[in-house]
This record gives sequence, structure tokens and C-alpha cells, in this order.
Amino acid sequence: RQMERMIVSMQDPDMGIKMRNQRLLITVIPHAMTGNDIVEWLIQKYSISEEESLHLGNLIVKHGYIYPLKDPRSLVLRADESPYRFQTPYFWTSTKWPATELDYAIYLAKKNIRKQGDLIEHEKDNYNLLHKRINHTWDFVVMQAREQLRAAKQRRKGDRIVIDCQEQAYWLVNRPPPGAPNVLEQGPARRNCHTTRVQLTKNMDYYKREIEYCRKAMARTRVKSSICLEGYIKFNEQYVPHDPIMSGCLPSNPWITDDTTYWAMNAPTVPTPVKLRVERWGFNFSELLTDPLGRAQLLDFLKKEFSAENLSFWEACEELRYGEQSRIPEIVDSIYQQFLAPGATRWVNIDSKTMERTLEGIKTPHRYVMDDAQMHIYMLMKKDSYPRFLKSELYRNLLAEAVIPPETKKRVFPFMRKQRHSSPSPALL
Amino acid sequence: MCDQTFLAVVFGPCDKCSNEKPLRAVYIKSEQLSYCSLCVEMVQFVDLHHRLKLHGLIPLGDITHKHRDLPGQSFEAGLSNHQLFAVHQVAERVEALGQFVMKTRRTLKGHGNKVLCMDWCKDKRRIVSSSQDGKVIVWDSFTTNKEHAVTMPCTWVMACAYAPSGCAIACGGLDNKCSVYPLTFDKNENMAAKKKSVAMHTNYLSACSFTNSDMQILTASGDGTCALWDVESGQLLQSFHGHGADVLCLDLAPSETGNTFVSGGCDKKAMVWDMRSGQCIQSFETHDSDINSVRYYPSGDAFASGSDDATCRLYDLRADREVAIYSKESIIFGASSVDFSLSGRLLFAGYNDYTINVWDVLKGSRVSILFGHENRVSTLRVSPDGTAFCSGSWDHTLRVSA
Repeated sequence: RQMERMIVSMQDPDMGIKMRNQRLLITVIPHAMTGNDIVEWLIQKYSISEEESLHLGNLIVKHGYIYPLKDPRSLVLRADESPYRFQTPYFWTSTKWPATELDYAIYLAKKNIRKQGDLIEHEKDNYNLLHKRINHTWDFVVMQAREQLRAAKQRRKGDRIVIDCQEQAYWLVNRPPPGAPNVLEQGPARRNCHTTRVQLTKNMDYYKREIEYCRKAMARTRVKSSICLEGYIKFNEQYVPHDPIMSGCLPSNPWITDDTTYWAMNAPTVPTPVKLRVERWGFNFSELLTDPLGRAQLLDFLKKEFSAENLSFWEACEELRYGEQSRIPEIVDSIYQQFLAPGATRWVNIDSKTMERTLEGIKTPHRYVMDDAQMHIYMLMKKDSYPRFLKSELYRNLLAEAVIPPETKKRVFPFMRKQRHSSPSPALL
Repeated sequence: MCDQTFLAVVFGPCDKCSNEKPLRAVYIKSEQLSYCSLCVEMVQFVDLHHRLKLHGLIPLGDITHKHRDLPGQSFEAGLSNHQLFAVHQVAERVEALGQFVMKTRRTLKGHGNKVLCMDWCKDKRRIVSSSQDGKVIVWDSFTTNKEHAVTMPCTWVMACAYAPSGCAIACGGLDNKCSVYPLTFDKNENMAAKKKSVAMHTNYLSACSFTNSDMQILTASGDGTCALWDVESGQLLQSFHGHGADVLCLDLAPSETGNTFVSGGCDKKAMVWDMRSGQCIQSFETHDSDINSVRYYPSGDAFASGSDDATCRLYDLRADREVAIYSKESIIFGASSVDFSLSGRLLFAGYNDYTINVWDVLKGSRVSILFGHENRVSTLRVSPDGTAFCSGSWDHTLRVSA
């Protein structure tokens, strides 16, 4: 586990944290370090900021790998002179050594015996609970506790404090007080390759599929990495001005200024679109199609060119692809009647081979029966109509008339918060 | 007296495979051995393979099958040009990013337990979020008002999704099902009454997503499969088998001819599927641990993944390999959730150490680290128009930052 690797490197005698004898009140504790040391070391080793180093250090303490000597009740890292020590590997959380009830009972019993009334609320509750539950072995528990205390008394004070703090930290991690987050908590159990219940029976079918997959994989053309990576850079150049987080947005980011003008100006249907939006339609065909306003403009243009049925056909095919299963025969029929039948009102121009295949497929209608035809029409629009659209007067006018919203002036009185109005839910419309 | 000559065995049993073959002398760890030609080839290949693995620049598994007896396309020939680029080498001339300031703008409190998943609505301000105690809440995150709330009959609702029309939500978890709830403002109607049970798996539901319309749902489950369902009838349209362990996440490709999606699982593999045929098109296996989250790059040519091994990686689909690793020695906790900013320049990743790291995708370096959550960040999504991102955490809150 990676945390442990970090801890081990911390303890390294040459590169690790310098440990000295620290003073705790009157006793001297060997092999301890200050909170400050930990933070400094983390900053140096991983070149991170102080805030991050403190955060990371805190997490290490919370998971019980380092424990505080001065205030053992709270597992917190303080970047000052307070002393800390490394937890013995015996107590590490990853050893998966189960923190059994018996051990916890012994620990609580020890605490109780040593100083009456030293148990905190929740510990008292746990103590009573355990007492009820393992009543039969209670004598054993008490005896063990007494033995451990006696053995402890024979050790030096310094060692005793250390062992106490160790144990305390261990139990704080394994039995956190109510209200404190339990760092050992994980989500629902997951299974990986070794413990899975997934049946991957290596029978004939499996190998057939593997062979097919490998064959397809070998036949697939791979683009040279350098070209792909150039693609990212180009994409980045094109889109960064449109990225609100990178380049800000005009008039202002609604989340920062509480002003929803940005959303109002970029709503799906708006009389005058914003300049950035119109520019974006020129990036690629998909941008134009996915924006409802853009699509409407495209439709207008196509009408002028007498090829509007292409767009309608494409839209109908989309409806088929993503529509309800039960309506598929109905939609296929409607598409045929409107677009494919000889003499149809909105006949689309597809090449004969595709038409043949599609007509054949219609006999057994399924969701993807129009895919070939749809792709053909899509490519037609993309390669033919789209470039003409971009050069057309319609588009040029749109660009010229598009607005660039002015930037909202920074508010002079930061305490005046604008009223946040709710917008109508799409579910209502 | 003649010079001492070393005995060179030229025919006999190979030191590796013990077959009787013509032999060659080979030095392995300063020791002279005699291998047959086949074993020599294998050693060369293994060494090269190993070195490339160390750089993390080839996908495992598939290569060994593919290149075996292929006459023209030798694996080593293809790589002898040393075209092993990572993104940051090509992006040297791109400007570095300046100081980054992002703050929490809204905090949504209302869940009584760990927030496990969230999704944005297309209207850019509403979100749906689900939590461990079975509550699914729809918020208008701009005003922080709660608009709808449903209590599921199971705990650990790990998946939730908003329909593209904004009229319904889907969620599921330990009940092994995905249920769709139409959103209604009618005070007399109980939302739970209109619930439609759509998907049925044999293990927990880990992720779900609507396709381009309200009528189809894609789900991923702990039983190792993904499935495509028709919402109206609840019918299974297509199922996707191939993962060797629990599938934890999925994402649909953004392209307009969109027919593929990527899924990541506990078998450390990320697989790209064809929705129409149910076949796996590509698979990538370079992570060292469970893949918690996958997300497509905005152009659809690549995707990023976040995993328990504390790294995020970028895989290119056309080049068919990993092109970048986002990791730092000081990050030792797994990444639970990743998402790109609108231009794809920034990768936001939420980690189990309660922080969110912002990576520069092109340069491969970390831009900033955001604190604020008091427990692990379980889910992170950028809003549809890219103005902000929302992160949900086990500390019962969601935060919108911009």
C-alpha cells in the first residue's frame, strides 16, 4: 500500500525525518519528531505546498500511521513543536489483523482499572455492551487487563507513555467515537480478477471470439501517435476560447456573479445568437447539427437549395435509432413512405446499392435498418451542403449580426447579493 | 601450447526449453548460456516488452496475441522508429497555464449520508444526486433549492442519471436494478408510484446513462456486464460481456455517429464497445488497479481514466495506446472520478484523499489542487456548458465550483 511506502521512506535513517529525543513534560521520549518536521519533510520530498503537506500529514495521522504523544485523544497533525511517533507495523491498518472484541474489551478494562472514570462516554457505552456480550469470558478479560498493567508498571515511564499512546491511537482508528469519520470505511465489496464470480469459461466460443477480436484488431488501421497528438493541440486551439473555465465567459460566469444573463443569451432558441456560438458552427458539422438554433439555420439554407429533405430524413432516422422498441415498425414504415418509396413527396437521393440494401432490410425492420442510408445522407450533407452553408450569405449575415455581450462591470459593493431566481424546470415544459 | 578456447556448444539441448536444436550463445545477467534460436527471440521480445511496460507506453495482453506469426507487420519493426510519444513531448510549444483560481460557489446540503453519484441536466443548472441512505434528490443548484426527492428501497445508490429531455431520472444501486422516475410537479402524485423498473442485473448497479434520448439506457454492473435497455418495455436490447470482474463506470462517445461507449472495471481494463453488435472493439490494460471512472475527451478521439492506483491516464483511440499518465508521488490515494473541461485542456479528478486535482491534459502536469471536502470525493462532473463543475463527497455535501 502506497501510504506505507511513504511511511517507510520517512523512517529511512538517511533521507527520512530526523528523530530526536523529545521532551514531553518531564519524561524524555526517544525516536520522536515534531509536527513541524513532518510537514517540512513532506514539502521537501514531494515539492508540494504547505497546505497540501499539512493535509497529507493529517491523513497519515488519521489512518493511524503516526500518532501524537501530547494529545492522544485527537488524531490531528499540528505543524508545531508537538511530538509524534511512528506507529509500530504491528498496529498498521493494512495488516488486516482483525481488531477483535476481546482485545477491545481488554483495552477498555485496562483503562477502567488504571484510572476509574477515565473512559469517555462512548467508551463507557461500549464497555457495558461488551460486558453484556462476552460475559462468559469476562473474568479472563479482567485478568488479562490486570496482567498487562502489572507488566507495564515494570517498564520505564517513557516506554509506558509510548505504549499507551500507541494503543490509544490504534483504537481511535479502529473504533472511532460517534460523529468522527471512520477512515477504514469502504464502499460495497468489489471483486477483482481473483475473487470474481464472473464466469469466463474458456470454451470454444470464448476462443472464437478472441480470434475474431484479434483479427479485427490487427486489421484495424492505427494512426501514428504524432498525428493523434497534433490533433489534440489543434482541438485545444480551436476550443479554448469557448471554454468558460479557461477563458471566462461574457458577460460573466453565472456561478461567480449570480447573473444568469450568460444562460439567457445562450438559450437554445434565441433571436440573435452570440458571436462565439455562430463561430462554433464553423468548426465541424456536428457542432452545427447539435445546436438547435444551428440546425434551424441549416434547414433554412437547405430549403433554399431544395435539399431540405436530407435533414428531415436524417432526423427521422435518429428518431428510429433512439426511439422506443415498440414503435420501430411504425417509424420504419413512416420513413419509407415519406422518403424512400418511389414517388414519395420528400424523396432522398441515395445511391442504388444502398437503396437496394435498405429496401431489403425494411422487410425485417429493426433499429439499425436505416444506418447505411442515414450515413450516406449525413456524409452528403457534411461534404456538400455544409461547406456551401459556411460560404453562404446566410451564414455571413449571421456572423455579422451576432452579438458580443459586454462584460459586466465588477460589482462595487460585494455585499449586495443579487437575487437568485429559479428557472422553469424542463419537466414542466 | 595453443590459446585457450572456450567451448562453444553448437548443437544440443537448449538451456531454456531443453529441445535439441542448433544453439547460440547468449549472455543473461553476465552468465553465458546456450539458447536455441526460438528462445533467443523470446528473450529479446520479453526484454523489449518489459522496457516498454516500464514506460507505461504499450497496452498489455493484446500485443502478445497479435504479433506472433505475422509476416509483414513485425512488432519490433513498428517500434524501432522509437515513435513512443507521450502527449507532453508534442505539447512543448503550447503555452503553459497561468495561476488558477477556482472557488466553491455553491454548497448543497441536504443529503443525510454519503453522496455517491451525481449528474447534470442539459439546462446547465439542475442536478440529480444520490446517496448511501437511498435518497435521490433533484436540485436547482443555482438557487440551491431542492426540487424533487425520492427514497429508493435500497441503500448505496451508486448510479444516477438525468434524461436528456430533463423530464426523468434514472438511478440504481444495491438493488441490482435501474429504475426510471418521471419528474412531476403535481403535488398529488407520489413520484415513487410512477417508478419504472428498467434494468435487471445479477449484482449491484455501478453506473447508468441515457443515450441520446429518454428511451434508452445503458447500465454497468458488478456482475461484469454492461447492458442496453429500452425504457418503455424494459427489454434488453444488447448486452456486453468481456470484463473479467466488476464493471465500475461507463461513458458514451460524443460523436454524432455515436455508436460506441467505453467502460472500466476491476479487472484493470478499459474496453471500448460497439453498441450495435455488442462486440468489444478495443481494450486497454495499463492500470495497476481498479478503474473507477472513465470519461471521453470532448473530441471523442480519446478518453481518460481514473483508478485506485492513484493515477489518471489518457488513452488515444486512433493510435490504440496510452498517451499520458497523470500522477505525482505525493498523491497516494486513488482517483474516484474524472471529467474534462469543455476544451479538453483541463482534467478534473476527485480523489479519495478529500481533494480535487486539476491536471493540464497537454502538458501532463498538475495545475492546481482544491481542498474543501471533509471526506473522500466520490463523484465529479463538469456542467454541460463548461461553466462550472460539481463534486459530491462522502461528507454529505455537493459543491459547485467555478
